[in-house]
Amino acid sequence: MPKKSVGQFNIDFIQILNEAGEADPSLLPHFTEKEIRQFYESMVFARLFDEKALNLQRQGRLGTYASIRGQEAVQIGAGLALQASDWWFPAFRDIGISMMRGLPGKNLFLYWAGDERGNAIPPGQNDFPIAIPVGTHIPHAVGAAWGAKIKKDPIAVLVTFGDGATSKGDFHEGMNMAGVFSLPVVFLCQNNQWAISVPRARQTASQTLAQKAIAYGFPGIQVDGNDIFGMVQTTKEALEKARRGGGPTFIEAVTYRMSDHTTADDASRYRSPEEVKGWEGKDPILRLKIYMEKTKIWTPAFEEEVARNSMNRVLNAVTEYEAMPPVDPGEIFDYVFEKPTPDLIEQKQNLLSPPKE
Amino acid sequence: MEKLTLVQAINLALSEEMERDPGVVVMGEDVGKDGGVFRATLGLLDRFGGERVIDTPLSETGIIGAAIGMAAYGLTPVAEIQFLGFIYSAMEQIISHAARLRTRTKGRYHCPLVIRTPYGGGIHAPEHHSESSEAYFYHTPGIKVVVPSTPSDARGLLKSAIRDPDPVLFLEPARIYRSIKEEMKGDDPIPLGEARIARSGKDITLIAWGAMVHTALKSAEAVKKEGIEAEVIDLRTLYPMDTGKILSSIEKTGRGIVVHEAPLKGGLGGEIAAIIQEKALLYLEAPVLRVAGFNTPIPLPKMEQVYLPSPEKITAAIYQTLRY
Ligand SMILES: Cc1ncc(C[n+]2csc(CCOP(=O)(O)OP(=O)(O)O)c2C)c(N)n1
Ligand SMILES: [Mg+2]
Repeated sequence: MPKKSVGQFNIDFIQILNEAGEADPSLLPHFTEKEIRQFYESMVFARLFDEKALNLQRQGRLGTYASIRGQEAVQIGAGLALQASDWWFPAFRDIGISMMRGLPGKNLFLYWAGDERGNAIPPGQNDFPIAIPVGTHIPHAVGAAWGAKIKKDPIAVLVTFGDGATSKGDFHEGMNMAGVFSLPVVFLCQNNQWAISVPRARQTASQTLAQKAIAYGFPGIQVDGNDIFGMVQTTKEALEKARRGGGPTFIEAVTYRMSDHTTADDASRYRSPEEVKGWEGKDPILRLKIYMEKTKIWTPAFEEEVARNSMNRVLNAVTEYEAMPPVDPGEIFDYVFEKPTPDLIEQKQNLLSPPKE
Repeated sequence: MEKLTLVQAINLALSEEMERDPGVVVMGEDVGKDGGVFRATLGLLDRFGGERVIDTPLSETGIIGAAIGMAAYGLTPVAEIQFLGFIYSAMEQIISHAARLRTRTKGRYHCPLVIRTPYGGGIHAPEHHSESSEAYFYHTPGIKVVVPSTPSDARGLLKSAIRDPDPVLFLEPARIYRSIKEEMKGDDPIPLGEARIARSGKDITLIAWGAMVHTALKSAEAVKKEGIEAEVIDLRTLYPMDTGKILSSIEKTGRGIVVHEAPLKGGLGGEIAAIIQEKALLYLEAPVLRVAGFNTPIPLPKMEQVYLPSPEKITAAIYQTLRY
């Protein structure tokens, strides 16, 4: 029999705002000036918060911390596209989305200082705590989406993770189930080119990460992750499709980890300064600023106001964090089960009032 | 010879074994160019090349599963799992395959695999980086479990682990990776299954492994001021366990305490206490006590010292045992 082609695939790459701050009018959705100012302010705030966290870590006022520098557009874009009723399952390099979701900055500092109270998600906020074991939260997002589908709730679920996570079984198992059951979940991969010292090319031999979705029977799309317009638009469309019952989408956001992996890492051991320099020119905040200058939305007064407001918010979060009373050691035992077991009761008692000598 | 830290001693053992046997390959996340997040594999890539020092994709199941295949094919893989808390996705590979390949094939295949991984608390690390789950592995028939507590032992035990024809989990106490420096005591492998008397004493036996050996030693120093001589046994290999050394010490002291970071319930303390009462009941002057972690997940850094056994907790248990 003659050979025939039984499948053809294509992966689109979306960029609305390029590195020179030029927007493609054929792709540009209608964003109001107010919205654009919000994009800018949110990204600046995320960057200042991140810088403050790094500073606090250097001064010994915070533990190991994973910087989001360079990934602000992915995170602010996704954060803006989410609705309050949607659910979100974060990885560990996600403070931008966390703050867009309303998690108090204090919580983020607490968590990265090794204080469990930082993990307490405020009631009403439909977000999971950070997943440190890479990729392990991906099936949870799939399960939550499944729940929404069974209960007929018109919500979407977003799960965020890195390029490294696409090598884990959890990723493939989650993607597969989402495809089979056509679940309302959006997989957002922040391809920042590195998984600690391992470059993206070492994670997979495939040309894009986006194409992995094809194998699971749903669309995969690649977006310039440093383009806030592209990020807002793509995640919004994918989440809306999910809410409408249109099934899952995989988004590969192409971005760059400008910082060391964490404060415990030294990236100069494994990547060149030229590579990092190259990405500085693609900075998401810079490019939006150029666009706003060109379209007369940006003024020095606006910049000053943004810097002042953002810094105030950051400093308030630091103050709130450092004003927290010390943790009560007994709390260790309080959340293992709804009702503490006899062992836990005994261990707690021995800790809080040790038997007299 | 210059003094080495525990992590440097591991690095030395790896390079010596790779030099000795071209079948030894090192694989894992960030083990190549970065030299491992703790630098245990520093310099190996330059020295032995990318075919033998392999930066893998981020895939614990893949790392262990592939290492099993390599081992059966005739290589000696030394797989690094970045932290013990990230090994869990590979449990099926370890339990269902590595540990029983020999049994399942009536010896046609075997699995000379070493899994190295940092473990334990006290390093102010983020969540899931401070686990002490040695009991899961001890409980699994077909895998040996080794835990060094000094640089020299780390070097000698790792050499034996690599030369061992069966799978070995090699747990490296991250807390003491760099806190002790010593000259290497000879370059011979140290046989698996032999405990070490870290301190001799006649009044009570403290049994520990990994970083807890040093915590037990501190407590032994503290009670010395009161005229109490505690013996400290460093098990070094958990499986197979050197019960002979434990029993002869208990026969001398009549009292024992097991110290471990892992949660109290279902931890190895219970196992060791059972061995002692089975084999040396009539020598005992008091029940064998356990000083261990709570039955909670190990807390984040702010509370981990509350959770971990401390010299003070051990000292309190020593007095409780002596007063019995
Ligand atoms: C299962 C697991 N293995 C290893 C680690 C250690 N680790 C933490 S982050 C990381 C790299 C993650 O890379 P990627 O998924 O690309 O996310 P990024 O750090 O770039 O945001 C590794 C190996 C971990 N946290 N979990
Ligand atoms: Mg990455």
